[in-house]
Amino acid sequence: MSELLPNVRWWEIGVASWDTVLMVGGSLLFIVLLGLPLGVLLFLTGKRQLLEQPALYGVVSFVVNVLRSVPFIILLIVMIPVTVIIVGTSLDVAGVIPPLVAAGTPFFARLVETSLREVDRGVIEATQAMGASTRQIVLGALLPEALPGIIAGITVTAITLVSYAAMAGVVGGGGLGDLAIRYGYQRFQTDVMIITVVLLVVFVQLLQMIGDRLVLYFSRR
Amino acid sequence: MIEFQDIEKTYEVDGRSVSALREVGLRVEPGEVFGIIGHSGAGKSTLLRLINLIERPTAGRVRVDGRDVTDYTGWQLLNLRREIGMIFQHFNLLSSKTVRANVAFPMKLAGTYGAQAIRERVEELLARVGLADQANKYPSQLSGGQKQRVGIARALACKPKILLCDEATSALDPQTTQSVLELISDINLELGITVVLVTHEMDAIRRVCDRVAVMDGGEIVESGDSADVFLHPKHPTTHSFVFEREHVDEDERREDFAHVPGRIVKLTLRGEATYRPILGDLAQQTGVDYSILSGRVDHIKRTPYGQLTLSLVGGDVDQAMRELERSDVHVEVIRQ
Repeated sequence: MSELLPNVRWWEIGVASWDTVLMVGGSLLFIVLLGLPLGVLLFLTGKRQLLEQPALYGVVSFVVNVLRSVPFIILLIVMIPVTVIIVGTSLDVAGVIPPLVAAGTPFFARLVETSLREVDRGVIEATQAMGASTRQIVLGALLPEALPGIIAGITVTAITLVSYAAMAGVVGGGGLGDLAIRYGYQRFQTDVMIITVVLLVVFVQLLQMIGDRLVLYFSRR
Repeated sequence: MIEFQDIEKTYEVDGRSVSALREVGLRVEPGEVFGIIGHSGAGKSTLLRLINLIERPTAGRVRVDGRDVTDYTGWQLLNLRREIGMIFQHFNLLSSKTVRANVAFPMKLAGTYGAQAIRERVEELLARVGLADQANKYPSQLSGGQKQRVGIARALACKPKILLCDEATSALDPQTTQSVLELISDINLELGITVVLVTHEMDAIRRVCDRVAVMDGGEIVESGDSADVFLHPKHPTTHSFVFEREHVDEDERREDFAHVPGRIVKLTLRGEATYRPILGDLAQQTGVDYSILSGRVDHIKRTPYGQLTLSLVGGDVDQAMRELERSDVHVEVIRQ
């Protein structure tokens, strides 16, 4: 094993893997907590929707688009002062989570908005006709009906985060991507590169598989 | 129970205003089944949605149960909607909830029912619509007719005074349509609930409606007792609905009768008269002979009726005509 992969130090790989899991998992939690309400807001204030508000929709939509168009590597650096204010450091796993959240939230919010739009308008109308308030329509009908789509959105977001997290090395964030760049690319240790990439592939596959299973479980169509 | 007064409804489409309803005035009496028939785009579904204010009129007033509800908002509006059940062409059940949860949903929204009360009411409703054994299934596992039955159970959950049916049988096959219409009719009788039924099928009107309004281009062109409207259509739109159902092309029929001798008349009998031996009596009394060219004996809601096209030959045809009119038969001369 050590002859085949002379440069691979497994404990380091282990630490890096755990860091990636922490970065993806930690930021995903906040992204869902922030992105879900934001997506609902985008949906409700959109054209011909329950709380149509063209001005509010325009502003929120614009901010979301701006955040989505900044390349993550730039966001990572630009956000350093903000990150320091929020988590007290711009380094390590903690320092990467705020920029990941800033990049992932607008992305996920759009996915939530799209899956809410796919809910049958007739179902919304029927719920309205039962005398449901907007709050009840959202919590009782819209979100349960859109749940499979929202879970699929979480899966896509998580996978995007895996690739974003690979850039964490720029601010000393660690993780598998960082390892691949520092050892595999900068020190020409191809074996480290291969191992990290294989691990990333496995990680992404696992996320996709879990996501697909959950979507299937919650789909009643 | 429901009253529309001078209703106007216009939509803004690309900066132009399109009129959906014009000068609509209508009264629906408590406990009756009222039909609104029209081709698609006639405004009938919009009119129906004014009752629970899913749509609001541009002008005019809507009254429900003696109250002017036109400007209702907030809790008043939500409470009004809870008094009105609604069923839809595409059922609009929540696919993420079981049959049981779908029926319980409006009661949960109302927030005034305890868990035990909800459970009992759901059982009772599912038994009433004949789906007691399907409670734990999801809507995707049901047939169209079963879905509509769940829709009906759901609409009745909060004991509404009014049931709105928006093309409720249009997505169903003829047999299922019949059983769903029967269910609606039974519920109307049992619970005394007022039903407003929007459809483009004359058959649905004929089976269940006491009265009917015919809509065309956003206006009510004809309204009245179902039997009157059905047997003696006046407006061309009504005509097209009645004859579309009988699959009869009137011009074609006139050609068919061209070689038939004698006077051709169309008799309309209604109620008990339908079953009296009118033609036999007529032949004996006036010496006319008759042949039946076409005919139908059926019923509208619970009123039996017969419509016969005859040719009368020999004897005293004029006397026969007078005789018919004396015995409450409506006579229309098709050819002298």
